[in-house]
Amino acid sequence: MIELRAVHKAFGAAPALQGVSLTINPGEFIALIGPSGSGKSTLLRLMNRLVEPDRGQILLHGQDIRLTQVDALRRRMGYVIQAGGLFPHWTVARNIGTVPALLGWPAARTQARVDELLALLGLDAATYSGRYPHQLSGGQQQRVGVARALAADPDMLLMDEPFGALDPVSRAALQQEMARIHRASGKTIVLVTHDIDEALRLASRVLLLDGGRIQQHGPPADLLAQPATPWVAQFLGGSEIGLRQLALQSVAQILRPGEPASGAPISATASQRDALALCLARQVDRLPVADDQGRPLGAVRFADLLRRAPGAGL
Amino acid sequence: MSAAPAPALALAAGARPGRWLHNRVLALLLASGLAAALGGAFLTLAPNRLVTGQGVALAGLLVGGWRWLLAPAALLVLAVFLPAQHRTQAAVALAASTLLAGLVALAGTEATRLLAGAAPAAAPLARVSLGSSFWVLATLTWLAASDALQRLHLGRAAQALAQAAIWLPVAVLLYSGALDSLSLLQEHANRQDVFQAAGWRHLQIVASALLTALFIGLPLGIAAARHAQLSRRLLAGLTLIQTVPSIALFGLLIAPLAWLGAAWPASGIAGIGLLPAVIALALYALLPIVHGTLAGLQQVPASVIDAATGMGLTPRQRFWQVQVPLALPLLLSAVRLSTVQMVGMAVVAALIGAGGYGALVFQGLLSSALDLVLLGVLPVVALALLVDAGFKLLGAVLPGAGRLGAGLPDESPGPGR
Repeated sequence: MIELRAVHKAFGAAPALQGVSLTINPGEFIALIGPSGSGKSTLLRLMNRLVEPDRGQILLHGQDIRLTQVDALRRRMGYVIQAGGLFPHWTVARNIGTVPALLGWPAARTQARVDELLALLGLDAATYSGRYPHQLSGGQQQRVGVARALAADPDMLLMDEPFGALDPVSRAALQQEMARIHRASGKTIVLVTHDIDEALRLASRVLLLDGGRIQQHGPPADLLAQPATPWVAQFLGGSEIGLRQLALQSVAQILRPGEPASGAPISATASQRDALALCLARQVDRLPVADDQGRPLGAVRFADLLRRAPGAGL
Repeated sequence: MSAAPAPALALAAGARPGRWLHNRVLALLLASGLAAALGGAFLTLAPNRLVTGQGVALAGLLVGGWRWLLAPAALLVLAVFLPAQHRTQAAVALAASTLLAGLVALAGTEATRLLAGAAPAAAPLARVSLGSSFWVLATLTWLAASDALQRLHLGRAAQALAQAAIWLPVAVLLYSGALDSLSLLQEHANRQDVFQAAGWRHLQIVASALLTALFIGLPLGIAAARHAQLSRRLLAGLTLIQTVPSIALFGLLIAPLAWLGAAWPASGIAGIGLLPAVIALALYALLPIVHGTLAGLQQVPASVIDAATGMGLTPRQRFWQVQVPLALPLLLSAVRLSTVQMVGMAVVAALIGAGGYGALVFQGLLSSALDLVLLGVLPVVALALLVDAGFKLLGAVLPGAGRLGAGLPDESPGPGR
């Protein structure tokens, strides 16, 4: 869908990207992670031409993006930035309707789309349509920012550290929303983040950048199981890699059906990391498991968590 | 003996003004008002317009029905000790504005009486002027009313309406002829045509200078926002202009304009008159307008610009739909300040023959006729206040104004102290 070919970019004397090549397929959820100055934001901003490459080529659907009129290109890609970047002098509805207005949609169609998107992101249209951004909480602003990016139904969503300024609770809630939206819409999403757990939780493929080069890329579990270099292993958390692997796997994967255990049950959809934490907290080697309706399913054993951990279940 | 310190402390704490003095601003205004009422002359009676007259104290005038003026005054005293509730503030505003209107009416009525009682020989030339006590009391009552309005936390539009309501009775008195015996109004009656022409001329000077300054300042401010280097040099140059005293600037413009007029007679350019006044005022207004435009554009958050660009607004759409509306409140407040400044500075322009209210002021100064000076100064003050209120009102009705949250400084005061 979008393809970067040997892209170089320098800001003054400082190189930001040094020969990055990358193909992103339709429907992928890509997370770009790396330390500050690794070039991850630059890489994202190349795709909607907020940054132009010094050398190399970027193709969208096989066509060089420099051949498309730049504003038309950007209107086909949703763009979300930290703290939303909402227009403070416009209502929520007008903010969300920005790109539809640019595209000349009739008012009724825009209005319907705004209501639909507010509902999708869990905001009551009647309550929030007429509000101004400063009347919203940080999490609500960011939801509006996501809705605004989705307004004209773009194939692709570019997100630059969208949840960086949020409190942990709003962040987790929005991450879930993004995962749901990605599953439901099948949109291609490129997410820049400095939160490794966010990248591992959301992405279908993680790109780890450092010094303007891609150090390693692949599905989250692959990166954790086989870090290409000691630096990658260190960046992914060193001793925490094991915990992060557990976080990618669900309790259901090591469920022992019908086995009895005492105590409050853990959900089958919870991560194995949660199960481990619960075992440690309760000082038990066995937890009862229930489904989302609270019906008992069986148990999970502490020993299974250890055995399945290294690269298991991939 | 050992118990003695405790009651002493309690007494000290009880004596803290905060406990029973609920409105310290009003208390201060009232104390000053009392001093003014007892101290200076409320009116002065002079045999003619040039000599200093004999003072008449307020206490001597408060007889008969005029004693009722003590009622709103007493209400104000009472309000000092009442807890700050909306009802109290509304009552203070009402009482203070009633007192203001009453004082003006008293001055007008007593002036008529004093003139009638003056020695018949002197009567045609005798003048009754407003004394220091009147001016101080009028100012203090207006301040008390304004302070109470501020504490009511009205919206900007309601605030402006309330201010208009305060001045309405005074305006009615003025136009009804009840104040015509005052020397100030006699000066006006003698120069009605001149006064009216001066008003139009004053407006003409300010409006032309403002339009010129906007026409030049807005593009300069926008250019400065785009080029940091230009902005530094431009602001340095404009600051330099501000340091030139206005009289000197008027003087400096005489020579080149006179030369232009001589070289090109058909143009009608002259070294004195309207043109140098407009040019000088526009030059002074340039710094605030350029600075306001620049600051307004610069305080638009970078993230908002980035989002606008990233979503595909063209540079022109981004400028008009995002940057301009977000810069407007700051720009408007810069325009407001520079216009108010120009209204005052245009007085000095009379010195180079530009006319306006300044002509009355300088004529009065040269002939030592204080009431003629006042006749020039009072409308300038009124005009400045009107311009200020008008721009504030405009800012309040602007789409999106006041909805920017903490992003912009808000002029509304915090909770009452």
